[in-house]
Amino acid sequence: MSYIEFVEGPLFLIAATIFVLGALWRVIGIIRIGRKKDISPPKGSEAIGFIRGNLRHFLPRGIFARRTWVHIVGGYGFHLGLLALILFAAPHIVFIDARLFAVPWPPLPRWGFIIAADIAFAGLIVLWVRRISDPVMRLISDWDDHIGSWLTFLVMFTGCLALQESHVFLRATHMLFVDIWLIYFPFSRLMHAFTFFLSRGNTGATYGRKGMSL
Amino acid sequence: MTEKSEIAVAKFLEHTDSEAASFFEACVHCGECADACQFYLSSGAPKYTPTYKLRPMERAYKRDKAPFSSLKKMLGLAPSPVTEEELYEWETLVYDSCNMCGRCTLVCPMGIDIAGTIRKMREGYAAAGIVPEGLQRSAEFVEKTSSPMGVTIKALKAQIKHQEDATGIKIDVDKQGADYMAIFSSMEIMGYPEVLGAYAKLFKRAGLTWTISSVAYEATNVGVQIGSTPMAKEILQRVVDAAEALEVKHVISPECGHAYGAIRWAGPNMMGRQFKFEVVHIIELLDQLRREGKIPAGKKDSRRMTLHDPCQIVRRGGLLKEPRKLLDESCSDFIEMKGAGVTNFCCGGGGGVSANPRAEEVKTAAFSLKVEQLNGVKDLEAVVVPCGNCRTVFEDGLDAYDMNLEVIGLSELIAATLEEDPASQGTG
Repeated sequence: MSYIEFVEGPLFLIAATIFVLGALWRVIGIIRIGRKKDISPPKGSEAIGFIRGNLRHFLPRGIFARRTWVHIVGGYGFHLGLLALILFAAPHIVFIDARLFAVPWPPLPRWGFIIAADIAFAGLIVLWVRRISDPVMRLISDWDDHIGSWLTFLVMFTGCLALQESHVFLRATHMLFVDIWLIYFPFSRLMHAFTFFLSRGNTGATYGRKGMSL
Repeated sequence: MTEKSEIAVAKFLEHTDSEAASFFEACVHCGECADACQFYLSSGAPKYTPTYKLRPMERAYKRDKAPFSSLKKMLGLAPSPVTEEELYEWETLVYDSCNMCGRCTLVCPMGIDIAGTIRKMREGYAAAGIVPEGLQRSAEFVEKTSSPMGVTIKALKAQIKHQEDATGIKIDVDKQGADYMAIFSSMEIMGYPEVLGAYAKLFKRAGLTWTISSVAYEATNVGVQIGSTPMAKEILQRVVDAAEALEVKHVISPECGHAYGAIRWAGPNMMGRQFKFEVVHIIELLDQLRREGKIPAGKKDSRRMTLHDPCQIVRRGGLLKEPRKLLDESCSDFIEMKGAGVTNFCCGGGGGVSANPRAEEVKTAAFSLKVEQLNGVKDLEAVVVPCGNCRTVFEDGLDAYDMNLEVIGLSELIAATLEEDPASQGTG
């Protein structure tokens, strides 16, 4: 079995399985800890609050902009750029089509890929530079934050190297980092991609119960 | 691990429910919460970053309760155990420099309720006996007198008598079957007793029957501030028992921030049952009576006034519009300060900080942000502060910053600007 066959075949299968089962295990594990039922007489709906809390925290508040604008620009740039790359890059669509399901949307044109990649890289670099330079972030960051950032960077970087599909080794190396990233994901803070809805939702539900609409 | 750290960690884990777990799991260490925290903003010290204050509890969770914690422990990748030294190191972050105002939740992209989690974290500290001396002293007063300031029924009755003399209205104590039972913070009883007279005037005009219990007049819940559910429950039990014995229909939570949350939202959960009465905040009640035309507004106060938003009433209590409507109808020159409403700054003394003399310096520094807000309102003459605790913090803070500004309570303002009673005009 060649290097490319291994990373796109059995290793990918193992990584994807760990990713899916691990992420599910972790989310279900959090929910299963449970919470005492709130019996205070409600003024509003917890369910609506849960949804509202999730939506409200997508939007930053202007009053905090002095410090948070870097994160807002960098964060949205990185996440939206990365999402576009994962879902719309032509090689990804070919890969998903071949192994998982028929992707019903068209791929990004090459210039679209370049723009999305530039934005994602810029966002990731801004966030990481801030993590190592800002005194607050330096104090609160740990090795998991740095490993998560670097792994994501390497996945994106090798993905760009593999874009021309000029060399199988580059494509295989990209896949290797994708596999490592998928395995690391459920055990790390990268899981915020799935846990954010619980966190926002729990706070939103509490506010909703109190009849608040923040 | 020492005995204290074992006790604290056991409580941390007990109070890490799926809500707290979701917070620990979602934090991406972005540090945006620092920008919302007035202790960070007034000092620039990164240690005041709200999420950092939770670190020992988060560590305990990740070591012993989080999904995959056993696997990580086996591989030597779990965080190290929380030590007693660490608990003491964090004590000032947990008690002195967190007023549990909840402003950090607004900026958090993950919507993490850090204030609520600090409340849970304090359970571990209280159980381990790592509590600031000032709060411990308040708790001892509560044991003896039910009041954190040691206010006895004798002292309360003296204040009631003064207010009866001042208003000419009788205030009933232990009146069976009254519609409403009012509770007060010690600070109001001793520092701002005019609030008793204001209630008497407003409720007489509205035609309500109300009373004060001689055994449960205290609204302040030191148990909530310290983080001890058993103590909080014991304090609350007195009010619940008295209200149910007097068969009142409602208990009025006073102009006090944390007292409202303690009885209205946490109360039934602590007691494990719903009450036989309804809890209503005084601001809610006044707004309702005003809408029903029972306490019509009279001549407005013409001074230029602004409104301070007590965190537990507005941001965490949901009473945002009510005080504004009331103030608009009572003051002809009401002006909002910059950042008013849900994003307003705390007075700096919430969450037990004002009862903790050790925190005096950081509290006064935090008040500098309030000073900035107040100075941003041109020609300001008075600030309405609908919370007894905030009022004392304001008075101390204004004094510390050499500012001359009147601090008034909302109920007193509404009573002072109440339309003259046609009935009393007729008899007068």
